[in-house]
Formats: sequence, structure tokens, C-alpha cells
Amino acid sequence: MQPILEMRGITKTFPGVKALSDVTLDVRPAEIHAVVGENGAGKSTLMKVLSGVYPHGTYSGEIHFEGVERKFGKISDSEESGIIIIHQELALVPLLSIAENIFLGHETSKYGVINRFEAISRTKDLLKKVGLNEHPNTLITNLGTGKQQLVEIAKALNKKVKLLILDEPTSSLNETDSNALLDLLMGFREEGISSIMISHKLNEISKVADRITVIRDGMTVDTLDCHAEKISEDRIIKAMVGRELTDRFPPRKATIGEPIFEVKNWSCYHPLHAERQMIKNVDLHVRKGEVVGIAGLMGSGRTELAMSIFGRAYGQKISGEILINGKAVDVSTIPKAMAAGIAYATEDRKTYGLVLIDHIKHNITLANLDGVANVSVVDDLVELAIANKYRRDLGIRCSSVFQTTVNLSGGNQQKVVLSKWLFTAPEVLILDEPTRGIDVGAKYEIYGIINQLAEAGKAVIVISSEMQELLGISDRIYVMNEGKFVGEMPAKEASQEKIMRAIMKSWDK
Amino acid sequence: MTDISTPQVKPDFMRFVKANIRDYALLLSLLAIMVFFQFNTNGTLFKPVNMTNLLLQNSYIVVMALGMLLVIVAGHIDLSVGSVSGFIGAVAAVLMTGTSPNPDLFTIPKFDFVTASILCLALGGAIGAVQGYFVAYYKIPAFIVTLAGMLIFKGLALSVLGGASVGPLPKTFQLLSTGFLADIFDVQLMGAPFNLLALLIGTVITTLLIYFNFKDRRSQLQHGLAEEPEAIFYGRNILVAVALIGFSFIMAQYKGLPNVLIVMFALIALFVFITTRTTFGRRIYAMGGNEKAAKLSGVNTERLTFWIFTIMGALAALGGLIFAARLNVATPKAGAGFELEVIAACFIGGAAVTGGVGKIIGAVIGAFIIGVMNNGMSIMGIGIDWQFVIKGAVLMFAVFLDVYYKNKG
Repeated sequence: MQPILEMRGITKTFPGVKALSDVTLDVRPAEIHAVVGENGAGKSTLMKVLSGVYPHGTYSGEIHFEGVERKFGKISDSEESGIIIIHQELALVPLLSIAENIFLGHETSKYGVINRFEAISRTKDLLKKVGLNEHPNTLITNLGTGKQQLVEIAKALNKKVKLLILDEPTSSLNETDSNALLDLLMGFREEGISSIMISHKLNEISKVADRITVIRDGMTVDTLDCHAEKISEDRIIKAMVGRELTDRFPPRKATIGEPIFEVKNWSCYHPLHAERQMIKNVDLHVRKGEVVGIAGLMGSGRTELAMSIFGRAYGQKISGEILINGKAVDVSTIPKAMAAGIAYATEDRKTYGLVLIDHIKHNITLANLDGVANVSVVDDLVELAIANKYRRDLGIRCSSVFQTTVNLSGGNQQKVVLSKWLFTAPEVLILDEPTRGIDVGAKYEIYGIINQLAEAGKAVIVISSEMQELLGISDRIYVMNEGKFVGEMPAKEASQEKIMRAIMKSWDK
Repeated sequence: MTDISTPQVKPDFMRFVKANIRDYALLLSLLAIMVFFQFNTNGTLFKPVNMTNLLLQNSYIVVMALGMLLVIVAGHIDLSVGSVSGFIGAVAAVLMTGTSPNPDLFTIPKFDFVTASILCLALGGAIGAVQGYFVAYYKIPAFIVTLAGMLIFKGLALSVLGGASVGPLPKTFQLLSTGFLADIFDVQLMGAPFNLLALLIGTVITTLLIYFNFKDRRSQLQHGLAEEPEAIFYGRNILVAVALIGFSFIMAQYKGLPNVLIVMFALIALFVFITTRTTFGRRIYAMGGNEKAAKLSGVNTERLTFWIFTIMGALAALGGLIFAARLNVATPKAGAGFELEVIAACFIGGAAVTGGVGKIIGAVIGAFIIGVMNNGMSIMGIGIDWQFVIKGAVLMFAVFLDVYYKNKG
């Protein structure tokens, strides 16, 4: 059968990184094609190449759609030929109605005056097709995520879709909504519309997919045909993660003592949607000198857990107990959490970690200004000595500590953030994605710093989406999914397959 | 991890000039504007009596600009300062004269000017505190809160004065704006009285300033931190010395140093200290630079914002007192449009609308750029219509240059 879409030899490089390397993907007419891979494997990049977000010329390779080579220069080019992508973060305008959203950008208008009635009647037809029983005038903000997803699909149908791409369509949906969505996709298949579905949920994939393409490290690893043989989830997981651990982690002498940091029965709700529980009764403990990893997929609640612990920087209706060295501590505000000995280095350095327009010295002392001041007057020389000490200890590469942090590389920025927290002399360090966007050499140095902290008797919690990293540096790993801890294992016994299986199993329930 | 060289920072002339071009450009603009008006007013600008006037006319703008700089660096704005200063001037006049806006309903006891002034400063601080409370704890944009404040206090000023002007104010209170430091010497220069005390104070302050500059420089050299090339360092100090001593020499030829000038200089020194040396000042810059990062670093951003607005309120009150003392009367129109000059001073002085950037000295120079232009253009006989146009163009041009050079890297 002639494929509707063929992507051949797609290679896409960003400065310093090869995101995709000779990737091949073909999708047949009336097929549901699943694309799976770890976080950062290159799935989203591939879809951006296909939909014209990265225009023709910025990648190498060919895209054939309906037998013709296509050179999409922008998103509207791909939409015109019938390729519609629905992103994980929905792109609807919350304070406009369903009808207004569906026709946004190509309104049913004459001389710039909108014909409301035509829009509404056509919206009604579309909503019937996707099985959404809402009036077209309903505002998006009044719909739940599942229904918003359906509006997105209705919007795609309105654009005469031939190939629908869904990026993690069910990640924020409950079971009923997920099943409805999957049924809808199968309905489209009957009508001859193909879909590409990017997903982590292997149970859903086994249910609906005709074929599965596995991507790992920016390369096509395997394409599995679900009709030719029975594909087990284990087989998919193996293809996704199957790599050997090389010597990428510095060795550490672990002398693990008593628990110094304990979180008991911790719960937290979404800051805007008070009924949505983000963290569900989490219990965790870290021993002296221990590095504990928290594994999980994006959106599993790891960052929310960390930030809610760190002075309630996230969420509302927070309940639970925090003990440091066996004593309950008050962490109700950030200064109190810091005083109790907790430090949290954020996953988003640029937005939450650094004052980018300011220089290294000021950033390092920001969290502990009183440590370089006499009665509120900053002692410049003491501050300078402190900044230079951390520059030396952590190996921050810069012309001087007066260099503006915006000009530093990702690895050096991360070292500045770490310096800032080390200078507060914490007992417990929570490091959220400490090596995101950092090159391999700098990663090794960061691992070295983590080891030193643990050897100095601190409790270190590392949140990371890179499972190998967690396996390499942790002593013990918690697995998190949908706001709950769904597994706990010593790193020695853990493997990527085991972690993945723990996540998948929690979904099956 | 070991190859971190500590390159000795070599004073590189051009690199340093480039890095600090904004500061020099600002100072040079002020000089250029002064020279321009000196010529075009046939030498009137630098005449002792005009210099004195120029200072008195701008003192309240400078005082308020100090607070406004903190507000703008913190990433906010305060539109209410003009109305608040007018309102406080009105309250001061009512308290000092014991004039009730509605004598049939109630009377107001007559306060001595010290008590009245203290009450007024406290009231200004309280007004700032209330506005700051809404901005800090309810996250209402400062633009909205202070726009409301602008209307409210404009109305209250009218109401307190009963729609009329209230005055005259006590002689002793007027001295705040019209008094001069009494001369203790009795010296004549070229047949005219010469206020030697003014020149002496000017010289002492200059000496102190240069002493501290050299002390800092020595400490910088010891730690290998002296980035400023020697030529610029000496040039800058000579320029400052000439300007300050020359200025006090000019002032000495008239009546000496005005009281309000002393107040102004003390406040400028205090605010330079606060912004550059204290943890309070450092946190303001961090908050303006990245509020989320500052908050996650344990900075109590709400409390900080609250205090910044409280300080602004107290300074607006002081500005109102100075203005009332200068006019010797509180009028319902007092304070109108001050907020625009104060905000313009900060932006001309290099503060960034996005927050996190700005210097006290910049705001002071910005205020004087506007002040010299007002004064010079008036002497030249340029109509008020074109004065507005020209001031607007200067503000636009200054900010344009800022943005242009920032985008160019």
C-alpha cells in the first residue's frame, strides 16, 4: 500500500546538538501510527519538522505527503495540505467560545464582518462528529481538559484534516475521557483519516495502534507492526531504553546514616483548580549522606512536590509533615524553609534561578545576603571572597565574578545556582533537573558536586527525567506518576525497564 | 576543572568606556545642555541668583525622584506622587494655619510647624504604605493602584483646602525652602559680600568625596579589581572637583547654600548608600531583575514592595512640604504634573521600564537635565507649548538610545 506520509533521512541539528539523525517514518492511509521514545528522544522535534515549525531548509531529508514531495515553510503550509498537529499544551483562547476558537484565523466572514450563524451551525456539525455535547457559544474556560481536547480535534476536522498528529493526547485526561478519545481516533480510521499519536502510555498504544515507530537518541530504532505479531509492552520498553550504561558517573564512597529528612503524608492541590489534587499522600525520606532520585515522566508531579515542600512555592491546601533530624519543622514560607535547612535548585534556571541581568557575585550571595553583611550593610570584600571561593570550588568558567550571568553557558549557570544554594549551608538539597540542557562534560562535574555534598553528610534529592542519570548517581529511587509514588527501589536493583514498568503498571490500575 | 585562570583584569580604555557609555553619555549630556543654555541665555544660566533659583525649583523633583527610582527599579511605577505631594502640602497648610475647610462643622487647632511637618511626613508614609499594601499583597498592578491614588488625593487636596488657597505659612517653616545657611564669616569679594562658609563646605565635601574615591580605588587595586582606566579615574575626579567647587563658588556669590540643598544632598547620599551598599538595596535590584528568582531565593518580595512604596509616600510628602514652603501657600493646583517630571527624570537617568536597572545618581542627573531645560527655555522665552514638545522629545530620545544600544549588545 502506498504510504500517505513518508519522511526519509530526516536530520536536524541545533547548535552543538544533533536532535535527529537520519530518521525515517512512514504512515499508511487509514492507520493509527504510534511514535514512542523517552523524554528528549526527538519525537517532538520530528513532529515540528513535519508540521513546518522548523521550515524546509533548516533540516535535511525529504518529506513526501500523498506521493508529492513537500517543502513546508511555515505551519499554515502543512495545514493547507491536511496535516494538523495538536500540541500537548492546548492552543485555545480561554475566553472565546468554542465556535470562535474553531474558526479562529479563518472566520466565516464577508468583508471582515463575521457571519456568526454560519459559524455556529458548522460548529454544531463538527461537535457532533467528535461527540461533544456542548453549545458552540460555551466559553473554552468552562470546559474540562478532555472536552478542550475534543474542541481541538473539531478544529482540526474543520481544516479538512488528512493526517492528525496528537502529542501526548491523553496525558491530562482521566480514564473515561481517554477512552472516548481513543474511540474517536478509531472512528477516524474507519473514515480513512490517519493519525500519528505520540504517547508514553503503552497500554493505550497496544489498544489502538496499527504500527509503532520507536525513536531513541534522535534515531529510528525500530518499526513494529502490531498486526503481524503480538507486541508485548516489554518489547517496546526494551527498544525505547535499550542502552548500556557507560562510565559516565564519578564514583562515590557512600556512608549512609540515619534519616535526616522525612516527608510524611504530603498532599497538595493545583494553585488555580482547587479540586485538582496534584500530590497525593506522598511519603519520602532521605538518610544522611544519601542521594535519592525521583523518577517519572513529565507532568508526573515531581517539580510540584519539590516546590510545595520548599516554602509552599507551589499549590494550595498543602497538608503533611516535614521532619528534619527527627524534628517537625515549619516550611510554610520560603524563608522559613531555608532557615530549616532546605534548598531547592529549580529546573528552570533562567526563569526561576538567576537574575540574568546581574553578575555572578550578586547571584551567588542573593539567597544569603546576611551572610556577607554587617547589620544590613554588604561588605564588598567578604562578598567578593565568597564568590571567588565558589568559583574556584565548583569550577565556574568566567572572565571574573563580575560577568553577567546571561552570558554564561548552561553548565556554568547551573554552577552559579548551586553556589547560591551551597552558600546557604543547607542540610537538604533538592535538585530539580540539575543537568538539563548541559553538555556531557559539565554533567560529569555536576555529578561530582552532588557526590561531594553527599559525602559531606547532606541529604540530596535529585529529580531527573533522564533515567540513566538517576541510576548512575542515586542510592535509592522513588518512581512517581500522577502525583503518587508508585515505586521505590535501591538503585542497585533498579533498571530503566523496572522504572518504566512501575509507571505503566500504575496506569493500568 | 583545574584550568580556571584568574586573568588579571587589565584596565582597557576603550572596553571600559564602551561598558559604561550610558553613564558618561548622561553626564556629558547634562554638561552639553548647560553649556548650550549658558550661550543662548547670554550667560544668565550660571549667574549665582539663577543657579540658586534653579536648585530651589528642582529640589522637590529630585527628592521624589530618589523614591521613584526605587519604585522603578523594583519593576513598578507610582503615578500618585504629584497628587500626594499636593495633598500633603494642603494638609500642612491647614495644620499650620489652623484653617478648617468647613469652619461651621469643625475647627482645626493650630500646630507648630515641626509637629505639623512630622505629622505630614508620617501621613505621606501611611499613604504610600496603603498603596504598597495593595500592590504587594493583592498583586494589583501599581499602575492601577497609583492611578486611583492620583485621583483620590487630587480630590482630597481640593476638599482639605475648601477649593481655595491657604496661607501664608509660618516664617520658620518657609525657611525650609527660602532660607540659607547663615554665613559665620564676613568676607567681601570684589566689593560684593561673599559667603565663605558655602565655599568651605563645598571644598570639604569635595575633599571627602575624593578621599573616599581614592580609598576605594586603592582597595580595588589591592584585589586586582580596578577596571576603570587610570586616565578616566583621574579625569572623573578632577571633573567632579571642579564642578562641585565651582558650584559652591557660584553659590557663595549670592546668598550661600540653601537649606533645602543640604536636605537634598543628605538624602542623595543616603539613597546612594542604600542602593549600593545595603542588603535592602540589593534585594530591590534582584527583585526588579527577576522577581520569581528573588522570591525562590528567600527574598520577601511582598514586604520589600510594601516598604518601597512607603518610602516613596514619605518622600512625596517631603516634596509637598518643600513646594508649599517655597510658594508660602498651599494651592489646589500644587503638585499637578510632578509625577510626570519625576518619572521622566528616572527614565532619562537610565532606569529601565522592565525593572532591575537604574542608579540614584542617574535619576538626579536626569532631574537636573529636565530642570536646566525648564529654566533655560524659560529664560530664552520659549513658550510653554514648545517646552512640552522639546521635553517629550528629549525623554523619547534618551530611552530610544537606551533600547537601541541594549539591542545592539
